[in-house]
Amino acid sequence: MGEASVRSFTINFGPQHPSAHGVLRLLLDLDGEVIERADPHIGLLHRGTEKLIEHKTYLQAVPYFDRLDYSAPMSQEHVFCMAIEKLLGITVPRRGQLLRVLFLELTRVKNHILNITTGALDIGALTPPLWGFEFREQIMGFYERASGARMHANYFRPGGVHQDVPQKLLDDIEAFCDPCLAMIDDLDTLLTGNRIFKQRMVDIGVMTLKDAWGWGYSGPLIRAAGGAWDLRRAQPYECYDEMEFDIPVGKHGDCYDRYLVRMEEMRQSIRICKQCLAKLKLPDAQGAVLTEDNKVTPPRRGEMKSSMEALIHHFKLFTEGFHVPAGEVYAAAETPKGELGVYLVSDGTNKPYKCKIRATGFAHLSSIDFISKGHMLADMTAIIGSLDLVFGEVDR
Amino acid sequence: MDDRLDELGQAIARALPGVVTGYTVAVGELTVTAAAAEIVAVMTRLRDDPAFQFVAFVDATAVDWPQRDKRFDVVYHLMSPTMNWRVRIKTETDEATPVPSIISVFPGADWFEREVFDLYGVVFTGHPDLRRILTDYGFEGHPLRKDFPLTGFLEVRWDDEQKRVVYEKVQLGQEFRNFDFLSPWEGTDYVLPGDEKAKAG
Repeated sequence: MGEASVRSFTINFGPQHPSAHGVLRLLLDLDGEVIERADPHIGLLHRGTEKLIEHKTYLQAVPYFDRLDYSAPMSQEHVFCMAIEKLLGITVPRRGQLLRVLFLELTRVKNHILNITTGALDIGALTPPLWGFEFREQIMGFYERASGARMHANYFRPGGVHQDVPQKLLDDIEAFCDPCLAMIDDLDTLLTGNRIFKQRMVDIGVMTLKDAWGWGYSGPLIRAAGGAWDLRRAQPYECYDEMEFDIPVGKHGDCYDRYLVRMEEMRQSIRICKQCLAKLKLPDAQGAVLTEDNKVTPPRRGEMKSSMEALIHHFKLFTEGFHVPAGEVYAAAETPKGELGVYLVSDGTNKPYKCKIRATGFAHLSSIDFISKGHMLADMTAIIGSLDLVFGEVDR
Repeated sequence: MDDRLDELGQAIARALPGVVTGYTVAVGELTVTAAAAEIVAVMTRLRDDPAFQFVAFVDATAVDWPQRDKRFDVVYHLMSPTMNWRVRIKTETDEATPVPSIISVFPGADWFEREVFDLYGVVFTGHPDLRRILTDYGFEGHPLRKDFPLTGFLEVRWDDEQKRVVYEKVQLGQEFRNFDFLSPWEGTDYVLPGDEKAKAG
């Protein structure tokens, strides 16, 4: 083929492309098959979440967070609840904290199963989703048994979690842990040493640690680039400081290291789950799951039937809602995808004055032009998969 | 923790005299206010000074206070993974005054500044590609401003005759209900239609 026959193309990747993981419209300038420039057009799933939250009471705003990153809903609610709790200065009872950590880690497993297996599917491996989704389905079953909803749980509330879980559910989660580890090992044998998988992943989409900080990277992506940074360890919240877990760190910052980091994180998450389940059996972890301050959290249903004051509290909380003292706060937590932040400005009324959601995927996707330059068109799917994008969160 | 942040705030104010106009420590967080025109210098110093090491870009956003002269707060969040602390930098601007872009310091600020431009209409000078990012192609207005109505102005639907999506003015079947929950004992001033006649006497 002569020099003159190589043509430049500009193509539309998405918005309806199976490996765009949602509604990503990517304009690619190609020189032959080499990417010269990637221009993502996002916002096709923009629902104005932040504007809507400004018009809702704090409690009504919580479910919007489930709908951001719908593959890890509870982690999103958690950050918003943390922001409110920080402004109100309330603490979560011990059992509430343990349940939060338990479900946060199950969420991490759930998210990583989705990301790793569909990422593998994008580059041609069909089996991983078939194996992984069985366990993802089970975790959604646990979600349903705790909150009543498989995805949009609305389980975390300012001050704790909505309600206690039955012991049978905790037993079932315990029984789930080891088979899940076995499935992760199976995935490992299927993918990690696989020649084709490595050819598609190694040295693709490299981001060095120095660049990664400036691009706003966090979570598994910063760890794959070699940054030993995890908010659960560096700025602990809930009861993570008493949990034992290791933080996997990569070396090369490429797609393959991101995959390896996520695999190990799932194992560590199961390890944390097991510790939570053990701690939930101890006598100090019995009792309330929601703080008892009835100016913020609703009274128990049974109490309302006999106590006038409880009835008033209930009525006030579900019409007017609670007032949050004026001030501003930035709360961040290590969600499966990285640092999700909520910058909350309160003017002392019952509605947030401003609620900025610092979405992880937004920062990660903004760097796609930088990391995909000079790669082949087919590498784009591997890069998108490794960034772990969910457009509910990117577009808000 | 608060003492440590207080010292950090003093150090930042000392390092950038005249540019950093003040700092506060509240709910365990440090907020530094800086002059908008000098924001690039502030960011560069915070990133490169070995005493601060705020190498990680976290967030950039704005807050709208329409009753103020300079109605927008542009708010940046930075983090230092080595020192394990965070800082919030606030500057003020209005609709007409642009803010220098900090892309040269933190490349990750690119989309965040585009978002602030899109949703608030704050203009950043030196940004290579200041387009709308989240809203629709051809969208008008800045939706996160407090004077932008929640329901917006236009709605879209598929028109089966024209075989395309058409834009129409928003028609509300019922007026948007925005209840006022402020306590009548706590300094609200309700204006009831007709009352002004009674007061005029």
